[in-house]
Amino acid sequence: MTDVSAAARTRRGSRGRRPSHALIHVVLGIGGFLMAVPFLWQIIMSLSTNAEVQSVTPVFWPQHLEWGNFTQVFAQMPFLSQLRTSVIITVIRTFAQIVLCTMAGYAFARMRFPFKGVLLGVVLSILLVPSQAYLISQYQIVQGLGWLNTLLGLVAPGLFSAFGTFLMRTAFINMPRELEEAARIDGANPIQIFWRVMLPLARPSISALAITTVLFSWNELLWPLVVANDPANMPLAAGLATIAGDVTVNYPVLMAASLLAMAPVLIAFIVMQRRVIDGLASSGLK
Amino acid sequence: MTAIRSGAKATHRKYDGAWPWLFVLPLLIGVVGFYVWPIIQTAYYSFTTWGVFGGSTWTGGANYAALFADPQLYRSLLNTVIYTAIVLLGVPLSVWLASLLNTPGLRFVQFYRLLFFLPYVAMPVAISLVWRMIFNGDFGLLNWVLKLVGIHGPYWLTTEWFALIAVSIVGLWSSLGFSMILLGAGLKNIPPDLYEAAELDGASRPRQFFSITVPLLTPSIFFVLIITIISSFQLFDLLYAMLGAHNAVMPKTMSLVFYFYQSGFINNDKGFASAVAIFIFALIGVITLVQFRLQRRWVHND
Repeated sequence: MTDVSAAARTRRGSRGRRPSHALIHVVLGIGGFLMAVPFLWQIIMSLSTNAEVQSVTPVFWPQHLEWGNFTQVFAQMPFLSQLRTSVIITVIRTFAQIVLCTMAGYAFARMRFPFKGVLLGVVLSILLVPSQAYLISQYQIVQGLGWLNTLLGLVAPGLFSAFGTFLMRTAFINMPRELEEAARIDGANPIQIFWRVMLPLARPSISALAITTVLFSWNELLWPLVVANDPANMPLAAGLATIAGDVTVNYPVLMAASLLAMAPVLIAFIVMQRRVIDGLASSGLK
Repeated sequence: MTAIRSGAKATHRKYDGAWPWLFVLPLLIGVVGFYVWPIIQTAYYSFTTWGVFGGSTWTGGANYAALFADPQLYRSLLNTVIYTAIVLLGVPLSVWLASLLNTPGLRFVQFYRLLFFLPYVAMPVAISLVWRMIFNGDFGLLNWVLKLVGIHGPYWLTTEWFALIAVSIVGLWSSLGFSMILLGAGLKNIPPDLYEAAELDGASRPRQFFSITVPLLTPSIFFVLIITIISSFQLFDLLYAMLGAHNAVMPKTMSLVFYFYQSGFINNDKGFASAVAIFIFALIGVITLVQFRLQRRWVHND
């Protein structure tokens, strides 16, 4: 066995390895560069003048770095209130989904109650339905409650997640029963067992759930566009889409605004890269 | 299920009493109130016509008749299918790139993963605004590059078909990384000694790719195909942000979901839009079903 792999290794090492790796780096390097170009170009444009951005021969390095474009963002659109709205929506939804989905997921995985199978089927069936099929009626409900243009309206349907419940049920159902039994014999009640024993074990799945919820909430466009029609009440994605149609805002300022809008999530991603990618790969769905 | 039955036999209690409801009710109330009930209501709405001042009347299949008579439906469907087809070109590409990234002993793997994954986590609206500049007909970066090789680029975002192609390119660009990550997880499960044995037999790299990597990766590829098709059929954000809702080329470029949005929230015809929604729902259901049928033919499971 060792002979075989050693032979293969030396063969690769002597001839194949170096040149073929170089080729791989060329391919991945070109691909990676194409992935990065829009971001680099965005940064350059956000520091250029409007004339430089509209120059027929691209200006790859602006004459002066126009940091003023970034202050203009705050003057020309309600950026701070939109940022605040985005943060609040994302934090509340993530917290709510973690609490509600872990609890329900645990009950569906481990507890016995009447109609369990039917109820689980009902929740999971939502996963097969595209969001358009409930959007209009959700809008009617939110309108009926007087929540249009409010944080409550923006946040409401996203507090509950069939996907999160599915994810957490899968996590709990694969855990060993022994720990629970031991805690039960020690006289712990279901809440104590859930809180002290099961939740800590489910941490990887909880972080996967948190990542998907943060990404979804921060980037979502359709629902906020429908629920909020005043830019002051919109989160960032809807605010940006709205300001983009405004001809009085010049291109560099727009680039600065879009850069600022996606920066928090991008920075968080770069810092926690490995965990985010593994979390998304294991959850399998956005 | 078996747990319930054996529990009933073994002990005096069949269920865990009130505790489960404490755990499950908060979520159930929300899911039923904000999802299950709205789906039922939307199905009902699709058979009604809404007055200008509120109130709706039952009009049977009138919305569906109008829907299927509307040429815009077929154009939106065609656009969505074309968009999906172009984004799907990214799947073989991502299989290839993921397998390169999986090369044992390769350096900078984390860095490449980061680059390929950036587009997926970036806010679609924000990055669409950048692409809008790149595709600009007068001063866009793309037309400048095309000019270097002697091609006079079109006005991408205001010309029929070119607008759709531009949006599709961005769709492909942003989905590539996620497909690669899912496929990368599948590649990790292929035993490395298969490659070592193939190498000893003198199989070339391309031969190894098509005889080992691809067949053993089919379950992951199938999963990626389903996710790509379903999410491509949801095209909205990129289209809305790249073209703008009032772009003159929009009627010729819009997707099914934009068609739904326009019906319900620009034309304010909620009954008709509900019919559009039910149509999209049914379509996605059929596509998923067909895929699972076809899966048995070519997915390698063991």
